[in-house]
Amino acid sequence: MSKEKFNYFIKGDKGKYEVVIGLEVHAQVLSKSKLFSGSPTKFGAAPNNQVSLIDSAFPGMLPVINEECIKQAVRTGLGLNAKINNYSVFDRKNYFYADLPQGYQISQYKHPIVGEGKVLLDMPYGSKEIGIERLHLEQDAGKSIHDMDPSNTYVDLNRSGIALMEIVSKPDLRSPDEVNAYIKKLRSIMRYLGTCDGNMQEGSLRADVNVSVRKEGDKNFGTRCEIKNVNSIKFMQMAIEYEAARQVELIENGKEIDQETRLFDTKKNETRSMRSKEDAHDYRYFPDPDLLPLKLEQKLIDELKKSLPELPDKKKERFIKEYGLNAYEANVLVSEKEISDYYEEVAKLSDKKLAATWMMGDLFAMLNDKGLDISKSPISAKHFAELVQSIKSGEISGRIAKEVFEIMLETGDNPKKIIESKGLKQQSDPKKLEKMISEILSKNKDKVVQYKSGKDKLFGFFVGQVMKSSGGKANPQLTNEILKKLLKG
Amino acid sequence: MADITNQSLNEIIEKVKTKKISSTDLTKAYIKNIESAKKLNAFITTTFDQALEKAKQFDNKPNFNQLLPGIPLAVKDLFCTENIKTTAGSNILNNFIPSYESTVTKNLWSNGSFLLGKLNCDEFAMGSSNETSHYGNVINPVGDQLVPGGSSGGSSSALAADLTPATIGTDTGGSIRQPASFTGTVGLKPTYGLCSRWGIVAFASSLDQAGPMTKTIKDCAIMLESMSGFDEKDSTSINKKKEQYSKNLKDNIKGLKIGIPKEYRVDNMPKEIDELWEKGKKILKDLGAQLIDISLPHTKYALPTYYIVAPAEASSNLARYDGVRYGYRSKQGKDLIEMYEKTRSEGFGDEVKRRILIGTYVLSSGYYDAYYLKAQKVRQLIKKDFDDSFTKIDAILTPSTPSSAFKIGEKTSDPVSMYLNDIFTVPVNLAGIPALSLPAGVDEQGYPLGLQLIGKALDEQKILNIGYAIEKNCGFKNEIKKWWS
Repeated sequence: MSKEKFNYFIKGDKGKYEVVIGLEVHAQVLSKSKLFSGSPTKFGAAPNNQVSLIDSAFPGMLPVINEECIKQAVRTGLGLNAKINNYSVFDRKNYFYADLPQGYQISQYKHPIVGEGKVLLDMPYGSKEIGIERLHLEQDAGKSIHDMDPSNTYVDLNRSGIALMEIVSKPDLRSPDEVNAYIKKLRSIMRYLGTCDGNMQEGSLRADVNVSVRKEGDKNFGTRCEIKNVNSIKFMQMAIEYEAARQVELIENGKEIDQETRLFDTKKNETRSMRSKEDAHDYRYFPDPDLLPLKLEQKLIDELKKSLPELPDKKKERFIKEYGLNAYEANVLVSEKEISDYYEEVAKLSDKKLAATWMMGDLFAMLNDKGLDISKSPISAKHFAELVQSIKSGEISGRIAKEVFEIMLETGDNPKKIIESKGLKQQSDPKKLEKMISEILSKNKDKVVQYKSGKDKLFGFFVGQVMKSSGGKANPQLTNEILKKLLKG
Repeated sequence: MADITNQSLNEIIEKVKTKKISSTDLTKAYIKNIESAKKLNAFITTTFDQALEKAKQFDNKPNFNQLLPGIPLAVKDLFCTENIKTTAGSNILNNFIPSYESTVTKNLWSNGSFLLGKLNCDEFAMGSSNETSHYGNVINPVGDQLVPGGSSGGSSSALAADLTPATIGTDTGGSIRQPASFTGTVGLKPTYGLCSRWGIVAFASSLDQAGPMTKTIKDCAIMLESMSGFDEKDSTSINKKKEQYSKNLKDNIKGLKIGIPKEYRVDNMPKEIDELWEKGKKILKDLGAQLIDISLPHTKYALPTYYIVAPAEASSNLARYDGVRYGYRSKQGKDLIEMYEKTRSEGFGDEVKRRILIGTYVLSSGYYDAYYLKAQKVRQLIKKDFDDSFTKIDAILTPSTPSSAFKIGEKTSDPVSMYLNDIFTVPVNLAGIPALSLPAGVDEQGYPLGLQLIGKALDEQKILNIGYAIEKNCGFKNEIKKWWS
């Protein structure tokens, strides 16, 4: 297989620039209650309805760690092939804001719960490893709403105290496409693990994007800018493209890049300075004296490791080996746990290879069209397998299969029933077919003469006539064979 | 009938149990005392109606098996009390009414007692004389113009003036023991984690600990038993079996080894303090204890260490008082930042602001390693000093404070001389171990002086027993004339 070459550079007048990207992904931990309180975490509740005295920082309130959140962080760490730290510490990150009730965020600074790990990406130019620097647990803040009233800001503390995993990558990403693949892979791993639902619309997955540029071949990194809180892959890509171009232009004009925090304006498609390095917050991190250091027993880590589900990389290998899929097919089919589950159910009941082709073709097109997740597919895996099997056995042709698929979608009936009731079964009886073809040939004697005198293209015409006359049900292979035989004679 | 209110808690409990007095009459007697003691300014809030209602309920359906049957108690205004204003001595909480009850007070109520009122204290427990309270100075009943100590100054004053049969305070650097020493009463700072911090307005989380303040050692044991216990809502709470301190109290201390740390003899210490210490040693020796000279070499670093760690934690703990959700909010301020600035400028007093500034400074980038981190290291060394000593001894005897009660205004202009008052009490908080102060003598002016007994972690019973022995043999009697009524 020929591989494409990596080729994402920003062209300036003075040369090509490489873009260096690191991501700090904030993933909301899937848990019933918040990181340090018993408040529920459901999305979409009425404002300030999921807030305890702890979340709103009343005097004398104390945090108590939610063990499920710890386990979820460990599972995620294991899924990222990372080192789990038996000793970690919760720190206070101090700053004032109206939606930060404590006046500090409880986070992990010097001793995160998860250390270095790695994520594998499948890029068109081969597989690429992205290093994970660390994963730590922290509290989310509340939400300030500035546009409900002309002179007041409203605060919703439902999110205040919800557990987040901050997953920090090494500066190993080099293009918007790699960022896309990385986020999707992270999301996929966490969804397989059940540790984060990855729902970007609901804010369950957001990222701070660090971007710098350097001349192709340079060893040292350029000065980076951090683009805060970007909440979709598309916006991340747009922000990176804008930011990289901005930095290259500065360099080409002999100007310095300021290390600063920027925000991405999605309406204007540009990044703007939020605060410079000089104005950077001094967060005055120190260990939270209300919480003891977190000591994890190796036994717990081992148990969690044992109970991990099969993750996408492993599953991909297995799909290639077990089902004879190519790397591309396997990649697509393991990208979401639900997709891989669906596929395995179909493959068990039908032809493995054909199942992959038809899933990635018609099924995905339909789901995409309707904007549905596979878990909401109107066609069950069992029915879909029957359809694939009908094609494989020659009962129906691919063309008819498309028709059956449409009817399945409308009626929810199983394909067997549809094929029978609509009489769509393929005409595969050689005698009957031969009789039909003979009749067609005798009706078109002039064309037969032309064909025999060398007009090969007319073969297609005869096939078309057979299909027309059979209502599309004639077995194409058999039709070809019989036609050839009769036209020779 | 003799005045019930000048008796010990233990005696009062006996009288209630034997129906010599009803809870209602007891409560009325304290209310009368409180009403005639307004000059002392010990109370921020009184809850008389509610107390009388609770007393009536008790008398109608008494349960004499409880530790504190029908006993009215006033508590420091740092404990959150459900539906009762809780100020922490600060303007910033002048309108704050919690919807919840602190674990410690809840424990007291579930043992049969009820709230009589909320006691004045230094603002956010920051002070050694009760002169930083937004609600005014508290007067020491020992003498007009004398401070009652701090930060639990309202508690010590109320207790010594018979305005409550016993009380509770909090001790971050000496805030129970020093006021106890200044008023001739008993105060115990328990092992860190023995009493839950849940629902107590936080000052410095790694040092704060609630404890009893009483007239006698026996009372102290009863109160400690009532208020302590594991609480899953406090992650630093110790999960252990409950002790029966009062039942197990005994005065036989024969053979116990008592450490005498040479570092607690400081320059310019009044000779009365030295004499008191000698007196304590002699009593212990006469009772068959063995005195052993020990060294706690890092003691001299305790005060500077404390004044880094405590303000650092306080600067963060007090960030929540921002005017956004509860408490005082300035009416000025055109944007969020200005609202914060005005609210906190008007809401906090000078001493609190001073400590927030110190705390913010020592945690700042570039200073963290030199101050906060170094202080944490020294703190470990101080703890190690005690750990090493306790392999050889059972308890340590020291004076509680370097002086008797001083005059109001005497030290307010010099914060450092005020901080020096905590020199004997602070190391114990840094080490997280228990210590009690009991009155053992008076100075030339007749002002009470306290001795401090320090134990190893969770050794409350042992220091109570030693205190019990000293109490019986030191001949101290608190002779306070009710000059204020």
